[in-house]
Amino acid sequence: MSNLSISNVSKLFSTTLAVDDFSLDVADGELVCLLGPSGSGKSTLLRMVGGFEIPSQGSIRIDGEEVVHLPPEERPTGMVFQSHALWTHMNVFNNLAFGLKLRRMPKAQIREKVEAVLELVGLGGYGTRAVTQLSGGQQQRVALARSLVLEPKILLLDEPFASLDQHLRERLREEVRDIQQRLKITTLFVTHGQDEALSMADRIVVMRDGKTEQIDRPDIVYREPQTPFVAGFIGTMNLIEGVVQNGVFSKAGYSTPVPVADGPATLAIRPEALELTVAGENAQGQVHRVTDYGTHGLVDLVLLDGTRIKAMVSHPDLFAAGQGVSLAPKAIAAYRDNVLIHRVALGKDTAALRQLVDA
Amino acid sequence: MADLVLAKPRTDWVGIGFAFILTVVIVVPMLVVVIWSVSNVWRFPSVLPQEFGFKFWQMTLARSDVWSALTMSLSLSAVVTGLSALICLPAAYAFARMEFPARTLLFFSFLAGQAFPKFGLLVAIAAIFLQLNLIATFWGVVLIQLVGTLLFMIWIPVAAFQAVDRRMEEAARDAGAKPLRVFWSITLPQAAPTIGAAVLLSFVGTFYETEGAWLIGAPQIRTMPVLMISFINNQPVIQYAAVLSVLLWVPSLIALVFTRRVVNSGSFARGFGA
Repeated sequence: MSNLSISNVSKLFSTTLAVDDFSLDVADGELVCLLGPSGSGKSTLLRMVGGFEIPSQGSIRIDGEEVVHLPPEERPTGMVFQSHALWTHMNVFNNLAFGLKLRRMPKAQIREKVEAVLELVGLGGYGTRAVTQLSGGQQQRVALARSLVLEPKILLLDEPFASLDQHLRERLREEVRDIQQRLKITTLFVTHGQDEALSMADRIVVMRDGKTEQIDRPDIVYREPQTPFVAGFIGTMNLIEGVVQNGVFSKAGYSTPVPVADGPATLAIRPEALELTVAGENAQGQVHRVTDYGTHGLVDLVLLDGTRIKAMVSHPDLFAAGQGVSLAPKAIAAYRDNVLIHRVALGKDTAALRQLVDA
Repeated sequence: MADLVLAKPRTDWVGIGFAFILTVVIVVPMLVVVIWSVSNVWRFPSVLPQEFGFKFWQMTLARSDVWSALTMSLSLSAVVTGLSALICLPAAYAFARMEFPARTLLFFSFLAGQAFPKFGLLVAIAAIFLQLNLIATFWGVVLIQLVGTLLFMIWIPVAAFQAVDRRMEEAARDAGAKPLRVFWSITLPQAAPTIGAAVLLSFVGTFYETEGAWLIGAPQIRTMPVLMISFINNQPVIQYAAVLSVLLWVPSLIALVFTRRVVNSGSFARGFGA
């Protein structure tokens, strides 16, 4: 039973604030993803939990015990690095046994534990191999095994799949998630890949400029992003800057009801939530390009003022470049001053209202 | 369907030509020295010796001054290399991993020994050594030869330590190792091949060092190269010098074999920043 509590942690590098007043509680057995672009402070935060950076302020507790003052070797954490960081002068067995030897464990017990963990990560019988003889995926498994063999209370994964190809990445993230759930190990996972975060995490922390943008379950982060940054960062999102007047958002010939106070607003519509119909004179946009992905199609549109947006369609063959279309979003969100001000999943009943407003 | 014709790799005749010239320039003089060392009689104008044999090997190896010079050279090289490693390796680690005032200036100061005419520098040092009663002493020669090793023993290990992935060290700490254990178990083994090359270069460089050993050590301290110079200057028999030359190649050959191993692994090139 291990939980991690990060309270009001900040990290200042000379004049740059890498992490700004960050707080997070990770429950026992939970896998939380820190997701954000480069420079958002997610790796710095992970390194602070691991003891490789000292916070400028704040508290980090593992099972209620303050660990900020402890060096990495005294923390009950295990880190898996992006570059694997395997010791190339040791074979696989010695890489895994290193930490156990430091703990003065009997030889027979070390052998038993190492072999068990190698089996767990699917590398049984690889103990005598040189790490340089292994493929990228196998090296990553050894790196994971090296951390797991020490039974850390908190597992820290720093973009562990970043150096692997797409196919291998997808396979490994499923394996890691399986192992993590089987061992019920509390895990903090850093990634800038939204696919990884959405497929693996119990909760996602979206970070930007050292601050938290949103902490939620993956489905909520995807469907109900709280800020335009989260909306734009997770998945593909059409962000349309416009003005709300008398409860109607309008932008260059396109309008839709948004019942909020008058003023500027950003409308967010997922491509899969944007229905298109071929239109003649009352077209709100024009098809620029149609891409057929086999399972679905992606239509690139240009609004009347030149704004580019995308719509996902199930029959791309119905559309062609130069065609006029009208837009019918099934779900929208509106933001003002970086805050969500309105969200609605538009049903059939609102379609009539929309047509009325458009007219 | 057109037949698939595989392009034949072109022969690089220019490259082969250069390699041949280089080999001739290096190998022919060495061959001449080897032939001289095994010739009992070789008189002009004969292209090859009139009589082959190991007479001069027996005569050279029977000389006590050759053995004492060899012992002196080996002990000097071992002591100088050992001391140099003791002093330079911690310094190299500090240069590679720590920030301190005037770091860059100090680092480049190790080039100074190679940046000025060496003999002038040696004469100036000899004047100081004279006052310190270090002239013609073992430790005087050790000190002067130590200066010559600084460049290799600082610059190459600095590059070696810098090339060690910091994440490997962090992973070791994460596994529970304290900093000293991390250095011993991770950093040093990772940097070892390159440091080994630096140590070997220092040993060989010291073994062949002549000017310092002669200026500071003579007449009491006689190393192999100093002895060879005296043979060339004072002995009318070429074979003595030839035998000594062949003997002096031994450390070079060992260095060559070792260097080839580390060159293949890329560590030696990394030592020079490649």
